[in-house]
Amino acid sequence: MKAMRNKVDYSQFPDSTGHFGRYGGRFVAETLMEALHELNTAWRTYRNDPEFLAELDADLARYVGRPSPLYYAERWSRQLGGAQIYLKREDLNHTGAHKINNTVGQGLLAARMGKTRLIAETGAGQHGVASATVAARLGMECVVYMGTDDIKRQALNVYRMRLLGATVQPVNSGSRTLKDALNEALRDWVTNIDDTFYMIGTVAGPHPYPLMVREFQAVIGRETREQMLADCGGLPDALVACVGGGSNAIGLFHPFLDDSDVAIYGVEAAGDGIETGRHAATLCAGQPGVLHGNRTYLLNDEHGQIIETHSVSAGLDYPGVGPEHAWLKDIGRANYVAVTDEEALQGFHALTRTEGIIPALETSHALAYTAKLAPTLRPDQRIVVNLSGRGDKDIYTVAALEGIQL
Amino acid sequence: MNRITRCFKALHLTGRRALIPYITAGDPRPELTVPMMHALVKAGADIIELGVPFSDPMADGPVIQKACERALAHGMSLRGVLELVREFRRADSETPVVLMGYLNPIERMGHDAFVANSRDAGVDGVLTVDLPPEEATELAIALDSAGIAPIFLLAPTSSEERIQWIAQMARGYLYYVSLKGVTGSAALNVSEVAAKLATIRAHSDLPLGVGFGIKDPPTAAAIAEVADAVVVGSALVAKMGELADDPERMRREVTALLTAMRQAMDQTQTPVALAG
Repeated sequence: MKAMRNKVDYSQFPDSTGHFGRYGGRFVAETLMEALHELNTAWRTYRNDPEFLAELDADLARYVGRPSPLYYAERWSRQLGGAQIYLKREDLNHTGAHKINNTVGQGLLAARMGKTRLIAETGAGQHGVASATVAARLGMECVVYMGTDDIKRQALNVYRMRLLGATVQPVNSGSRTLKDALNEALRDWVTNIDDTFYMIGTVAGPHPYPLMVREFQAVIGRETREQMLADCGGLPDALVACVGGGSNAIGLFHPFLDDSDVAIYGVEAAGDGIETGRHAATLCAGQPGVLHGNRTYLLNDEHGQIIETHSVSAGLDYPGVGPEHAWLKDIGRANYVAVTDEEALQGFHALTRTEGIIPALETSHALAYTAKLAPTLRPDQRIVVNLSGRGDKDIYTVAALEGIQL
Repeated sequence: MNRITRCFKALHLTGRRALIPYITAGDPRPELTVPMMHALVKAGADIIELGVPFSDPMADGPVIQKACERALAHGMSLRGVLELVREFRRADSETPVVLMGYLNPIERMGHDAFVANSRDAGVDGVLTVDLPPEEATELAIALDSAGIAPIFLLAPTSSEERIQWIAQMARGYLYYVSLKGVTGSAALNVSEVAAKLATIRAHSDLPLGVGFGIKDPPTAAAIAEVADAVVVGSALVAKMGELADDPERMRREVTALLTAMRQAMDQTQTPVALAG
């Protein structure tokens, strides 16, 4: 198996038409094809442009606060009694999550393309906040689409976006969550193609989004690699990250795909438990299909209708997943697992109490799986967990679940 | 010969343009769809576009989105839509029926099964909104081999290169989206549409239909001056939504609007000589 895996040249994916094997591609109405072509042309021009990259690096250093630290969670490692656990502290980025890596990059691209209006979809609100932040800094108009259910459970981020000058547009259709916000953002884009740049927040959507967002997020994995080599003198034995659409995960994983000794775990939201049907574990329990511009794993019924997902974490509450994850699952390079709401909450509390770090509920899924994985490994082995976001935005949700009124 | 081709040939001889109403199958209730299809034919429809409801209709505006939700709430599915076409065919063997929808229900049924089931049910064309030519080759060939026309969208933003490519892959007719936006958007600009249609005609002999934003008889008549077919969807579907609780009145008002469009189109047209 290992010999076969080594033959895959990961740098060749996606191909020029955006395919990762059978996944990815560009499944949108003709009305959007020219806009995608324009975006792809601009992206191909700037992705290797020294001036663009220098500006991006400077922004990542001085505005976002990169490199983010790699923190050794000594106390938590000892408590779990197995592998040593390192946390890649994306929660310390400006705006509190990995999302800003991508929006800073897409914002620079939008400005170079002469666009004056940014639109975005958001679930937990982290990508919405990161988009509104960049729009404020660039002096651009910003409209963020957000499901009305998510607006209720993420009131804090809604207010942050409004403070930043963005319009938060409630989406009342379908399941009133992230997937519907994405539909609505696509409708806006098709109507306002001339002046509008659509910032997709994850490694999904039509080509080139899965590639472009991956390249902006891969800074996470590149830094982690260097930091592990510098601090520990070797690569980690395992990587763990939560997967909704999968941008923080692909950002950490991608620079390690060629290192076949590094095991990779993507952790999905099992909600109330996969067997209950109330979950968002797309790769663990879905089938290949087409949604939001790409072929990937989906949660859909026997008739191909997308079904409503459930997760305690709004950021993972999505019935699709980035096409590169679908491909990595099929070729066996990455393992996809799922943890329940309850397990995620345990992970949330465990890290908070042992390390003094309050993680996002999304991230708590990765932590919960780490708590299972670490004891199965030896003390001389190392796990890197992507601490993708901080948990301030979730404290009302956690309090409510525990019957506490703030 | 495919019913669509036959239909356009016959219209051509009389110098008329095709009127193509769109309704979402199963909206507002599945048992009303086939009677509504027959009523539309009686009111002057030449071809019927039957929407296959989808949970995430990204290219559609709020009107058709709500129609999808109403249909899905009553258990409509791709399988159910094909049943409706079969039922329609029992009383009408001539009027072409084109399915319009999104790819995922077709993926879930499987391309081969979908093509075979569509042919057996009496479907004449399939427009898959989120399947641009880049991804369409396989399904387009399968449909074409089964005598079903793969129908494609063209947009104001489509380059000449793309128009050429799409024209080669398309059968039946080409569907020009008259404006930048979703279905049921604001007013369209007839002279802009006419200019783009001239470009398209340079690359294709297929009949050209125009849709998105045609809401009233004057617009239908203006478009009929420059196109071979007029597609009207949201204006009809909006009425179906408003009058969902009164099926008799719904049928009356929807067919009245279609008849008014038919009359407006027929009055302004110059027969035969200019038709080709």
